[in-house]
Amino acid sequence: MNFTQTKYYYPYISPFDPCKPIRVKSYSTPPNLYLGFQPPHSPQFKTAREALFHGTLWPSLASTYPPKGERE
Amino acid sequence: MNQQKELPKEFYELLEQIQAVDFVLVELTLYLDTHPNDLDAIKQFNNEALKSKKLKDQYEAKYGPLMQYGKSFSYYPWNWDDAPWPWQI
Amino acid sequence: MWYYEKKLQYPVKVSTCNPTLAKYLIEQYGGADGELSAALRYLNQRYTIPNKVVGLLNDIGTEEFAHLEMIATMIYKLTKDAKPEELVEAGLGAHFVNHDHALFYQNAAGNSWTANYIQAKGDPIADIYEDIAAEEKARATYQWIIDVSDDPMLNDSLKFLREREIVHSQRFREAAEILKEERDRKKVF
Repeated sequence: MNFTQTKYYYPYISPFDPCKPIRVKSYSTPPNLYLGFQPPHSPQFKTAREALFHGTLWPSLASTYPPKGERE
Repeated sequence: MNQQKELPKEFYELLEQIQAVDFVLVELTLYLDTHPNDLDAIKQFNNEALKSKKLKDQYEAKYGPLMQYGKSFSYYPWNWDDAPWPWQI
Repeated sequence: MWYYEKKLQYPVKVSTCNPTLAKYLIEQYGGADGELSAALRYLNQRYTIPNKVVGLLNDIGTEEFAHLEMIATMIYKLTKDAKPEELVEAGLGAHFVNHDHALFYQNAAGNSWTANYIQAKGDPIADIYEDIAAEEKARATYQWIIDVSDDPMLNDSLKFLREREIVHSQRFREAAEILKEERDRKKVF
């Protein structure tokens, strides 16, 4: 996988913003944005159970959504 | 009086096995809808379909029909509409 | 026609009686980008789209009903034995006086589901791009629900549903490529 699944940006912070500023904001960029037409014979999770608990049969489409603290 | 029977641990395990195999079948179905010429995926699909049927025969013998309108056979008395339903377990 | 199978697509477990979380989850039950909208959108669009992508709309539409049942199960379990005062405290007082513990097709803010949430333009490209957008919006909604949920068991099922949006989006993107292909040129005699 040569892409990241989270991107970051730095919003403008005004001295008049009342809430404590969040300096770095993030958003998800899951694998479906990069894969293109899925190639045949993509590697699969080894067991059906693993596929079920990842929500997909193919690691190349698997995406995690880390807790907020780990994204900032 | 509470007459409901509690489901054994084996029920949840067998159900999870069925959910896993059927999930692979859902994934392969959507994949084949856009990759209709992938022969290996079709072979895998048919193989998983057979596994699913075997697991469901095992399940239905113990816990009753999974489908109706004739997709599953019935025991006597009619036990298709026996609780618990999937959202209750 | 459809056959019902007496099982959920993925196990749904919740750790606590938590009507507040149920209130948020209603967004994916009867909200604009929820599972009901998704199922009805795809199954309705399939009548007027080229045959090579009908199967995909049919099958994703069918899977969406399995997701709708998972969301219903979560809401049912999170509110099952909640007392009226607990529902009031969770902001579900208005729901309770109209529906008791019944589920209703509405969003988290209490607006009833409406067909205005979904589109069928009859133009294959417009419809498939709407579907891709719908999957990304549903993915985002699952993220925001996970962000406000402190129930790890519930979050496990929500992460499954978020991943399904990603796979569906992938397939719809492939469908767009199939629709763009030159292979079915108009025959001129």
